[in-house]
Amino acid sequence: MSAPVMVASGLARHYEVGGGLFSKAQILRAVARVDFDLYAGKTLAVVGESGCGKSTLARMVTMIEEPTAGSLTLDGKPVVRARWPELRGDVQIVFQDPYGSLNPRQRIGAILAEPLAINRPDLSAADRRAKAREMLGLVGLRPEHYDRYPHMFSGGQRQRIAIARALMLDPKVLVLDEPVSALDVSIQSAILNLLVDLQERLGLAYLFISHDLSVVRHVADDIIVMYLGLAVETGPKEAVFAAPRHPYTTALLSATPRADPGAKHTRIKLTGELPSPLAVPPGCPFAPRCWKAQDLCRAERPELTGAPQAAACHFPMEPGEI
Amino acid sequence: MSLLRIRNLSVDFATASGPFRAVDSVDIDVDTGEILAIVGESGSGKSVSMLALMGLLPWTATITADEMMFDGHDLSKLGPAARRRIVGKDLAMIFQEPMSSLNPCFTVGWQIKEALRFHLGLDRAARHARAIELFEQVGIPAPEKRLSAFPHQMSGGMNQRVMIAMAISCRPKLLIADEPTTALDVTIQAQILDLLTGLRKETGMGLVLITHDMGVVAETAERVSVQYAGQKIEEQPVADLFATPHHPYTAALLDALPERATEKKLPTIPGVVPGQFDRPAGCLFSPRCKFADALCRATPPKPQGRDLGLARCHYPLNTDERAAS
Amino acid sequence: MTETAAAAVTETARPNRLREFWYYFRENRGAVIGLWVFAVFVFCAALGPWIAPHDPTQQFREYTLLPPAWQTGGSWEFILGTDPLGRDMLSRLIVGARYSFFVGVVVVSIAASGGILIGLIAGFSPTWLDAIIMRIMDIILAFPSLLLALVLVAILGPSLTNAMIAIAIVLQPHYVRLTRASVLSEKQKDYVTSARVAGAGLVRLMFVTVLPNCLAPIIVQGALSFSTAILDAAALGFLGMGAQPPTPEWGTMLAEAREFILRAWWVVTFPGLAILVTVLAINLMGDGLRDALDPKLKRS
Repeated sequence: MSAPVMVASGLARHYEVGGGLFSKAQILRAVARVDFDLYAGKTLAVVGESGCGKSTLARMVTMIEEPTAGSLTLDGKPVVRARWPELRGDVQIVFQDPYGSLNPRQRIGAILAEPLAINRPDLSAADRRAKAREMLGLVGLRPEHYDRYPHMFSGGQRQRIAIARALMLDPKVLVLDEPVSALDVSIQSAILNLLVDLQERLGLAYLFISHDLSVVRHVADDIIVMYLGLAVETGPKEAVFAAPRHPYTTALLSATPRADPGAKHTRIKLTGELPSPLAVPPGCPFAPRCWKAQDLCRAERPELTGAPQAAACHFPMEPGEI
Repeated sequence: MSLLRIRNLSVDFATASGPFRAVDSVDIDVDTGEILAIVGESGSGKSVSMLALMGLLPWTATITADEMMFDGHDLSKLGPAARRRIVGKDLAMIFQEPMSSLNPCFTVGWQIKEALRFHLGLDRAARHARAIELFEQVGIPAPEKRLSAFPHQMSGGMNQRVMIAMAISCRPKLLIADEPTTALDVTIQAQILDLLTGLRKETGMGLVLITHDMGVVAETAERVSVQYAGQKIEEQPVADLFATPHHPYTAALLDALPERATEKKLPTIPGVVPGQFDRPAGCLFSPRCKFADALCRATPPKPQGRDLGLARCHYPLNTDERAAS
Repeated sequence: MTETAAAAVTETARPNRLREFWYYFRENRGAVIGLWVFAVFVFCAALGPWIAPHDPTQQFREYTLLPPAWQTGGSWEFILGTDPLGRDMLSRLIVGARYSFFVGVVVVSIAASGGILIGLIAGFSPTWLDAIIMRIMDIILAFPSLLLALVLVAILGPSLTNAMIAIAIVLQPHYVRLTRASVLSEKQKDYVTSARVAGAGLVRLMFVTVLPNCLAPIIVQGALSFSTAILDAAALGFLGMGAQPPTPEWGTMLAEAREFILRAWWVVTFPGLAILVTVLAINLMGDGLRDALDPKLKRS
């Protein structure tokens, strides 16, 4: 296998919250530790519930925020603040809400040409326009859409525009932050097809962030399951879906409703809710909600072990358990 | 007799650019203790029809119905005061955003007790006891303590539980849940859905579940009504709907689900839901339907018989003849 | 392809923004009346010297304190009567519109441009700078505005120009707060983040990406502070700190006529009415603008 486009090792991001005149600032570990390799033409899905740190991860990968610890490399080059301007074009992002991600006061043409105007001053205005029009065609829109404003488009079309904008700089990595969660099912499938098609054609690496396991199952090659800022399970999609090793993954899979009324499956009921990210339990973060938790889990944080399917659990699930 | 019986309900909105029909001659029946799911994409009018029933639409809406019978009362003929005595008591509703459905200025305990005071006229001690009882019933840990919490101090799932507790505080006969789990995480969603179905079993209330999530429908509902662009286009028991959809829209919608996909390329439905300005003359789904012909484009179809799921289609799918041939 | 075709049909039929704006504006009848009155006001301001029946500073010594035409002793040559120096009231009022309009335009442009710039900087700056800017604005806001304007004019010397500068400074904090508030809420949105991912610099983010989306409330504030500016300028004129005689500025006219208030009601009433009607009209129009521009108040 060729070398990965992007490698993250020990990536972490902490925030200081609170901390006024009289109180000490607390440290919020939005992402405590994540490692991954991202390959061209492959999709790595990051799965987790709200507050698991997947959006913070996206902000680090897209160079909006600097990691507190750990390293990120792009094509072997370290991604550090000083090199952000030159590397920026290689990593682009598509957001969840197509209504908020396009500037309502800009025409589609201006939206698409903006990344070029900023990053490729060598291109003439005519070249930029030509490239923007070409990109409109690539995502399945028509040239006459060029001069319109975002409010004239439906959600699905807006998401196509957002994808087109992300592709304007010929990125190698595309971060997809819940790209279809805000769309209706009938539109969702068209956008997923477009993404699959673009990946095949352009050899893009996708970092696909989602909470919807049925979508992830469809598009992903590899999966990272995150819980409270930590990767709790990683591995190839087939393996993780067939036999999850971390209890949280098992619970997540069993909680996802299936569009099949006849299917019988036992639903694992997780008790309790996500602990506050300010007070992550000292041991395994999942221990307070886990039905298999023992004293060891509450005392000692498990390491991510196993290959290719790794799980951070002292007592991983055996195949066929439950 | 069914608990809720709505015939030919239509809702029109007056907008800047002329009238807009959000709900178009919809019939809804719910029996006591039944779970009916209303499924549809955005713009299908699935929430609007229930808000019309509750009398919660803004003044720009014009509601017309042949019949809106709930538990022996015709809601369309009741005055606002008489309606308020029913709505909130026998007929309750919970919404998608639990955070914004609760008043952030008051503790959740105050809010639930207010509902008890208004509808049941309980005294202070009885209200407190009932509030605790309700919190226990919806699975809120440490109810005594939570009563004095403000909505922003609790998670979305907890707030949705509070909403449910408020909704069932007067032992409603019918609970309408409008996308109750859309804003929640999957593990919390599973808890809330279990809670709702459990409460239905305990109290025998009817449950209307408005959702766009086919997975939630499959796991929760007993009967499913599919809406498209304001019309009810099909209604079937849940297993039959997923096995043999009769309306092409339902079939296409099910095919478009990633989990039902057989290959990498998903089947799609071209086009978008018709809006205010591009309402087709014939069948509303005809511009997007792969089976549509001249008849579909010209004449709006009438609902088929009950054996064909009341499908509003000239050429329903999965008929016995077709299955045989 | 069908998707785009269907969408194209939708778009041609959908009303454009201007028509939609006018629809919402028209809903508010007061705003439409305000707009008409404002149009008359602008007309007077633009063409004052040409439509006024007399020169506003010419003194007809034989006709001092002539009552309006419909009262006994009035003359149709001076429809609204004359002032103590024999100047035609109607002409002075018409030409006075020009000063009020001028004051409004200049004050709003100075206050808005300065306020928007400072507000943008505050919205994008680190917390400490933001705090400093906002506290300074709070201090300005803590003074009674007319008093502060008076103090500034006292320092700068009484003239219409200095009065305008003073009023602009007094009004500026409102724009700063408004701009900062909308910048902070717009900054959260994804389109700003995607501009940052595309590598947009701070200046581009501020002026190209965010500013155009903050304009609606600022336009409304502009309309409303237009009337405040006219009112304050008139107040300063009345106190002798604004336009100086013989300028036919409405506030100054009021001040000059003060001693005749019991003998000749028209010398005070008409300038007062002119101020009242203009300010009311602009405020009504501002309300209509808010209805039309602020989506939060839009009815479904």
